[in-house]
Parts: sequence; C-alpha cells; structure tokens
Amino acid sequence: MYDLSKVVVTSSPHIKSDEDTRSVMFDVIIALLPALAVAFYTFGARALAITCLTVAACVISEWAYCRVMGKKATIGDCSAVVTGLLLAYNVPVNAPAWMPVIGGVFAIVVVKMLFGGIGKNFINPALGGRAFMMACWTALMTSFVAPHTNLSVIGSTADAVTSATPLAALKNGQLPDASILDLLLGQTGGVIGETCALALIAGGVYLLVRKVITINIPAAYILTVAVLTFLFPMGGQDRLQWMLSQVLSGGLMLGAIFMATDYATSPVTPKGQIVFGVGCGLLTVFIRYFGGYPEGVSYSILIMNSLVWAIDAHTHPRKFGYPAKAAKKEVQG
Amino acid sequence: MVYTFRGGIHPGPHSDPGYKAATNTKPIELLPVPDQVILPVSMHIGAPASPIVKVGDIVDLGQPVAEAGGFVSAPVHATVSGKVVAVEPRLHPNGSKVLSVVIENDGEDRLHESVHPYDFEAMSNEERIELIRSAGMVGHGGATFPTHVKIQSGIGKVDTIIVNAAECEPYITSDHRLLLERPEEVVGGLKMLVKILGVQTAIIGIEENKSDVFPKIEQLIAGDPVLKLYPLKCKYPQGAEKQLINACTGREVPSGKLPADAGCAVFNVDTVGAIYRRFTTGMPVVRRVVTVSGSAIVEPKNLECRIGTPLEKLVDACGGFKEPPNKLLMGGPMMGNAQFSLDAPVFKGTNAFLAFCGEEDKRVEDPQCIRCGRCINACPMHLLPMYMNVYGKMEDFDKSVETGMLDCIECGSCAYVCPARIPLVQQFRLTKGKIMAKRAADRAAAEAKAKAEAEKK
Repeated sequence: MYDLSKVVVTSSPHIKSDEDTRSVMFDVIIALLPALAVAFYTFGARALAITCLTVAACVISEWAYCRVMGKKATIGDCSAVVTGLLLAYNVPVNAPAWMPVIGGVFAIVVVKMLFGGIGKNFINPALGGRAFMMACWTALMTSFVAPHTNLSVIGSTADAVTSATPLAALKNGQLPDASILDLLLGQTGGVIGETCALALIAGGVYLLVRKVITINIPAAYILTVAVLTFLFPMGGQDRLQWMLSQVLSGGLMLGAIFMATDYATSPVTPKGQIVFGVGCGLLTVFIRYFGGYPEGVSYSILIMNSLVWAIDAHTHPRKFGYPAKAAKKEVQG
Repeated sequence: MVYTFRGGIHPGPHSDPGYKAATNTKPIELLPVPDQVILPVSMHIGAPASPIVKVGDIVDLGQPVAEAGGFVSAPVHATVSGKVVAVEPRLHPNGSKVLSVVIENDGEDRLHESVHPYDFEAMSNEERIELIRSAGMVGHGGATFPTHVKIQSGIGKVDTIIVNAAECEPYITSDHRLLLERPEEVVGGLKMLVKILGVQTAIIGIEENKSDVFPKIEQLIAGDPVLKLYPLKCKYPQGAEKQLINACTGREVPSGKLPADAGCAVFNVDTVGAIYRRFTTGMPVVRRVVTVSGSAIVEPKNLECRIGTPLEKLVDACGGFKEPPNKLLMGGPMMGNAQFSLDAPVFKGTNAFLAFCGEEDKRVEDPQCIRCGRCINACPMHLLPMYMNVYGKMEDFDKSVETGMLDCIECGSCAYVCPARIPLVQQFRLTKGKIMAKRAADRAAAEAKAKAEAEKK
C-alpha cells in the first residue's frame, strides 16, 4: 500500500509555466535599465536619484493604499516599480525632486488603484501621472538642460541653464543641432529616459526575445510616424534626414516600446494592436505638426488608451473552423 | 518541410522539451499479468456495453464479456483467462464507480476460439469493419471514440487518413516507443485502413522530437504512392485532431462538425497497430502500452499491460514512489484526469500514468488578469480566452459564445501560459455547463409553452 494522503485532485491542466506577473514585470525592469545607465552617464547622479525617489513613491503609495483599504498588499508583483521607472523617465532631470514624487502618488493611487489595480486601469498610470504633472507644473516639465550639465544630486536646480531640445527645433521646421548619432546615443536635451534611442531599442529587443511584448504595436507606431514624416517633411528639409530626426527624437522610442505596449491599456488582439499602433502614430505626427506642444507621444497614447476595449471588440480574430467573414456571429446553435 | 498550426505552447525546460527524456529511450517492457483484472463496461465514448457473463463463469483470453450497447459503443473482452468473480460497480479512472466485470486470472492465458488470424484480402469491407467493431476498438489516444463508427461514417466522405503520432502531451512516450519498436504494425494497419476507406492519401504525422523513427517508417512506406510521412513541429497541442488535420492538410474542421466534414479521418498510432493485430492474430483489444513517469516515480518505464490492470501494479513495476505523491494523473499533464486512488484500472484510453511529488503549488488566491494577451497567442483555436473568462464570470453567455466558449477544446494552452495563473480552463468548463443547462431549460420552457398553447386550442 502506498501513502496517498498528500494527493490533491484538480482538473486539468496540471502543469503551468514558471512565468508569473512578477517575472514579466522583472523583464520589463531589466529592459528599462540600459536607458537608465545612459541617463546616468548623460545627466549625472541626479537622474538616478530622481528615478529612485519616483520608484519609491510609487511602491510606497501602492502599499499604503492597500493597507488603508484593507486589501492584500499587491506590491509583490513589481508593477509599481515599472510605473515608477517610466514616470521618472518622463521628467526633465532638472525638475525639482518633489514633483515626480507627487506624480507617482497620483499615478498609482488615482490612475491605477482607484480603478481596481493591476490590469484594470484604462489609461497608462505613468502617462496619467505625466499628464497630471504637465497640467500642474507646465514650466517645470518643459524646461530642459543640456547633457552633462553639472547639477545638484537632489537639491535645487533653479539656477541651471536651460537649453532647447531637438523637438523644439523640429516644431519650427528645422533640423535639430544634434546629429543622428547624438540622437541614437542620447547626447541631447530631453526627459531622463527618452534621449537614447539605442538603449531603448536594446530594451525593446530584449522584450521581444523574452516574448514579453509582440512587435505589432511598436512596429505599427514607429512605421506610421516614419512614413508620415518621410512623405511630409516640414520646412523643405531633406526627407530622410527629417524622418530620422522625427523618429529618433523625443519620446517616440520610449512611448512606442514601453508605454504603448503596456498590457492593461493596449489591445490584446493582433489586429487591434496594429490599429492601436497606427492610431498612436497618426496622433503623434498630428500633435507634433499642428498641436500646441512640441511632443505628442504621451497624449497620443492616452487618447488611444481610451479606445482599447472598442478596438478589441471590433478586431476579434477569425476563430478556427469559421468562414472568413462571418466570424463575429456565432453560427452553431 | 515541417508541418504545424498557428498557436500552441512549448511545455518543459529547454534541456528536456516535453519532459520526455525519462522514458523516450526505455524499451517497452511487458508487465506481468495481474491476479485480477477490472474491466469497466464504459471504456469508450457512447453507450456503455452490457455484460454477457455472470459471476462464476469461466472465460478465455479475448472472449467478449460485455457486448456493445448501441451503434456508438464498443464491446469489452476478457484480458486474461479465468473466472468471473464479480460484476459490480468499481472505481473507474474518471473518478466515479462504473459497472465492471472482474476476472480472476488462472494464469493460463487460454485463447478464446475467436482469436485466430483472419484473411484481410478475402474479406468484404462489411466483414472487415465488423471484425474491427467486434474487437472493441476505440481511439487509443485518450478520446476513446469507437473506431468502427469513425470508419463507417467516413467511407465516401474521407479522402485522407492521418495517423496521429504527434504525441504532443508532455511526459508520454508510449506511441514513440511503438513506432520505434513495432513500425510494421503501424504501417501494416494503415495499409488496411487505406483499403477499407478507399483513400488516395494517408499521412503519418510525427513530431520532430521522434525523428529517430523516421528512417524505419520511411523504409516501410518507400515506393507506396499513398503513404506519406509528415514531420510535425514539436508543439502542444499538435496532436489535437483539428490542429493535426490543419497542420497536415491546411484544412479546418468547421465549427461544431467532425473531421469527416473536412474529408479526414484521424487514427491514433496504437489504434492502427491494434487493427493490424486484429487481422493478423485475431486478438481483440486486451493490451496497451502505458508510459509510467513523473517526478514521484522511482524508475519511469513504458509498460505493456493488460487492460484492467490496477494502477497499483504499474507503480509496483516501476519501483514505487520516491516520496508520497501529491498528484496522480491518468493521461498527460495538460488534459489528463487526476486520480485519488491506485485501485482504478488501466483502460483502453490510458496512454500514461503519471505521479508527481514536491511540485510547487502554482495556484494563487484571487488572480488578476494583466491583459498580457499570451492566452490569445497560445490558443490553437484562435479564440479570446481572456475575454471568455471575463464574460464567463459575468454569466454573459452571448458574449462568451461570441468570444469562443463553445469552440474551446480545453487543451489548457491558455492556462499554461497565463502569468497571472488564472484557472481559465476550469472557468470555461463551468461556463459551458451553465450554457448547456440554460439552453436545456430554454428548450423545456419553449416546449411547455407550445404544449400549453396547443391545449388551449
């Protein structure tokens, strides 16, 4: 006779991949690190300090929210760390340190937790936090310093000399001073995490290899921007030069690879992801060309976020064994 | 060229894809015949068979002990010679008690008079199908659909036969070993099926992880214009009937229809071998190969055992358990049935018995969907498991069905990849049950209304 006292009976399937929400978020954190390393090199220790503060603000506010509401603590899934990183990547390094902390609390408590926590928020928490800061402290959010400016690690930066970003030049129909190589290597002004296109692309490749994201959204997004800017260069600029500058400047890489692919706020159907990416691309170019701000990435994604359920509902894949067109209506009785 | 379908998953570590290393090099061993066999009258899909022996009867090996209970049914044969000691409900691997014929083995293996070679060529097609039917032949892959029904309903409709040698379920290697050790039975049985069904194409679909069987099979089918060997990509659920047909022929079985509606008939490796043995030796279905594996098994093996052998004998033959198991499975880990006792017998659809110990319990309390979409990419039926779960929980049956509830084959791919560890398949089973119950209630209500109105007039 064998000892069967420990035997559990469940229904199939009985095995499960080792992956869980935390390991997925861990992959995203790893993918975000190259950009942080470049930010440290480009903007100095202050970039690290602001990032750490923002991450701490996000994690602590999620923990505190759960505590106050009497819910099980959810910080173990590490999604608040991702939000914190992305939010910090969206502020200028010379911004006061308290600003992204308040932004982080807003992103987590208002945008994420009040809607039910992970997977339930309908707009990207980091972008929601950024929009909040943009509305409250527009001047602080839009003044940038040149790379390698010597800044206090945590203290005031009010006396720092500000400089123009590549996007400001593009807004006026001029090519930026920074070369394409500078844009690739992040040696320009801009928010902490957006400047180095190469580091962000490296992170994107990592996410693709680890199958954390599919290529649909970033490819659709970036290609749409590339095609539109190639077809319609402003100020009589060289098409190719203009297109490359547009694609590599500002928050496009950060947005297309890390923000637009946020699970909770992007479509889950492959067709829907392409629609979503193209929509983000169109809006980005519209805002960059015709909008009030030089940058349109974050508002484009926020607008598309609100359409996700509708996009999903209209892009159901054809089910196996169904005729090509009538896939939407159930045929069996 | 390697054939496959869209969707699916790759269970197991890179070092041991599909967890098959424990047994895929182990030759099939004969399990000693047990003292007693338990033969449930329901080892197939369809009507249960009805016993035709009573307690005290002496039966021979291969003698029918229960006859088919209808067209979609299959007879049951004595798998040892000896005395019937009980005809009573016994524990079935499905977890319930099912009427079973219990035979005490007299150790003689005395053959029944019906067990003798048959001349396949001299027989008419009706006689051939009857011989297959009377052998109690069912799908040995686990679904256990009566083989004669598949053949009978396929004649004239089917233009392609596919032998399912994908064996995509993790851990299981019984079909692999059969192909390696007895390829002539498989090819021989397939040639018979080709004649019975009168088809021009017969495909043996084998996953690439079994490439060591390719040379032998290629040699056996060389020069035959009908038989083909298709290597299949290693992917679960490559062996699911609809996915296999799609991989091999590009066709899709229409929703709610049968493979015959796509012109295909799919047979398991062991079923085809059993057909060959039925004609060449006259033996009905009395044995099958079972992979015994899993982390709790001391020495994993491929065992050929008599149907009706209690699971405990298989564990004995494999050296027992390393430590007390926490999960016992009949079949593979993706679609197999959990067992709570070792008294249940090996039945016609048992391709594996697995025992696990020390496995991490990956269930979580209150799992939260993060909308990652992995379930959608993994679904081999191209459904939306994530939305099926949401609508199923909300009991929005129309939306559940629209997102794919009734097309779900319960392969478990979505639940396997889900990082939030949501019990998706379990939710789908629950919702399917609710939908069926609601449809039955609606029908009953409509009938009652019609009846009441007819009475009023």
